[in-house]
Amino acid sequence: MTPNLQTRGGNGADSRALPHLLGNEPIIAVRGLEVAYGNRYVLRGVDLDVYPGETMVILGASGSGKSTLLRHIEGLGKPSSGTIMVKGVDICSASRKELKNVRRAMGVSFQSAAMFNSMTVGDNVALPLREHTNLAESTIRLMTKMKLQQVGLSGVEDLYPSQLSGGMRKRASVARALAMDPEILLFDEPSAGLDPIIAAGIDELILHLKKAFKMTIVIVTHEMQSAFLIADRMCMLYQGEILAVGTVDEIRNHRHPHIRRFVDRAANRFDKSDHSYLTGFES
Amino acid sequence: MTFLESIGRSTVEKVEYIGGLAIQFWRGLVSSWRINPFTGSRLRWKTTVRQMAVIGVQALPVVCLISGATGLIMALQGGAELRKFGAMGVVINLVGTSMTRELGPLMAAIVVIGRSGSSISAEIGAMTVTEEIDALRTMALDPVEFVLVPKYIAMMAMMPCLTVAAVFSGILAGGIFTYYTLDMTLSVYLQRTAEILMMRDIVSSMAKAVAFGTIIVHVGCFEGFTVTGGPEGVGRSTTNAVVKSIFLVVLADLLFTAFFYFFWR
Ligand SMILES: Nc1ncnc2c1ncn2[C@@H]1O[C@H](COP(=O)(O)OP(=O)(O)OP(=O)(O)O)[C@@H](O)[C@H]1O
Ligand SMILES: [Mg+2]
Repeated sequence: MTPNLQTRGGNGADSRALPHLLGNEPIIAVRGLEVAYGNRYVLRGVDLDVYPGETMVILGASGSGKSTLLRHIEGLGKPSSGTIMVKGVDICSASRKELKNVRRAMGVSFQSAAMFNSMTVGDNVALPLREHTNLAESTIRLMTKMKLQQVGLSGVEDLYPSQLSGGMRKRASVARALAMDPEILLFDEPSAGLDPIIAAGIDELILHLKKAFKMTIVIVTHEMQSAFLIADRMCMLYQGEILAVGTVDEIRNHRHPHIRRFVDRAANRFDKSDHSYLTGFES
Repeated sequence: MTFLESIGRSTVEKVEYIGGLAIQFWRGLVSSWRINPFTGSRLRWKTTVRQMAVIGVQALPVVCLISGATGLIMALQGGAELRKFGAMGVVINLVGTSMTRELGPLMAAIVVIGRSGSSISAEIGAMTVTEEIDALRTMALDPVEFVLVPKYIAMMAMMPCLTVAAVFSGILAGGIFTYYTLDMTLSVYLQRTAEILMMRDIVSSMAKAVAFGTIIVHVGCFEGFTVTGGPEGVGRSTTNAVVKSIFLVVLADLLFTAFFYFFWR
């Protein structure tokens, strides 16, 4: 454990918000979140605050529970214990109506894209607009086109998701998340599987959204380069807990070996004993 | 001990399953009410009409064919016995009442289970494993209202129609039999049938149609929503939807028949 930085939530609230955000109440506040699949705990007491207007990047090894954390913030999971407040509403015990209001302020892009396969891409993006607004059809079409253009997709409105490449589907799901111009964006690896040019485009889009619309953005990503670029603050999930929260520089210079390996892109060094499974073949 | 345990566990599972179905049924009713045209909110007409075509119209030929064959079988089997007593005329009663009360609704239900029950659970199951259902929820769209209700309304509209079609084709097939064996014209045959049928037969037929349709949609959707695992989970849920629907439909049929036997003579 490194004593120099705030680690492991402790009393809950993380004090290290950026100065200009400090006065605000957190828009997302996760307290003591524990999640188990069967009797295997994936999250064991996660505390996380996200302040309005900031971009929080969630880091962590594959399988460390990043998607799980995001799903619970979206109100899709049943935590074993802990609370999740989004816009002052406890997601887990909210009434139908409260939940609906909170969710209309959230744009979500899943790791698996989760496009509706029975609808065209255009209808996918237009769906929240059609369901939640009374806009004219022509306006909806125009907005759909615009949102798709923002993620570098044009002329795919009439294709079905299965006719897109994986990366295109991913971007379409980002466009769908943006459709309602939500207050909070939750992206699960938005640029995984994209070529570097388009991934850079997504980064730019995120920076633009932050600057122009003051959106609160929570992103899971493995691309350290892009993470350092877009993040205001970052946190690292490790063994079911938040190992560290801090500004970009704080994380970049963090001394915890796991974070160092992440930042320096170094492989786990294995002990000799880790190769013991080979010994059977040597004799 | 382990035997008792397994009985206990499977009982708990059954109760949980029925409980889950009941909750979903209730939510379906509430959502159906919420989107009724009188209070203003939106029914997804396009989806509903498309579902009507898929569930109802496209099933019509198969339903007619199977019920026709069943009607003919009833007539042949009944005729073979009744001939011994010189009571061939009773075939008309036999075919008319059994098709209306029992076999019409049942045959329609079985065809609809095979065609729509399975495809409902496969479709929703696939949506569940690809996180489409979760995506709906994060968009503040209720999966029950968005996915189940159009199917339910379509089923409620089409199942009685299919049942009527099944009853008619079964009775018509019986008419073919009587035409050749009793030299009875079709119009006389139909008239005799109409005389035999009572209000309670028709009411019980329609009540069964509505109940069976409800079972098929809700079991199919419930299996779909509760899929776990990948594609093989979807396969399992489809099988379950068919088997459980058939079981519950037959059970409901028994209850209805018993009810009408005892309480409405
Ligand atoms: N539905 C589930 N049932 C059982 N275990 C699950 C389920 N979903 C996730 N897990 C487990 O929870 C752990 C965390 O999964 P999660 O998807 O949150 O990881 P992640 O950090 O998003 O990984 P990645 O970077 O690879 O996407 C994994 O070990 C996984 O095995
Ligand atoms: Mg993930």
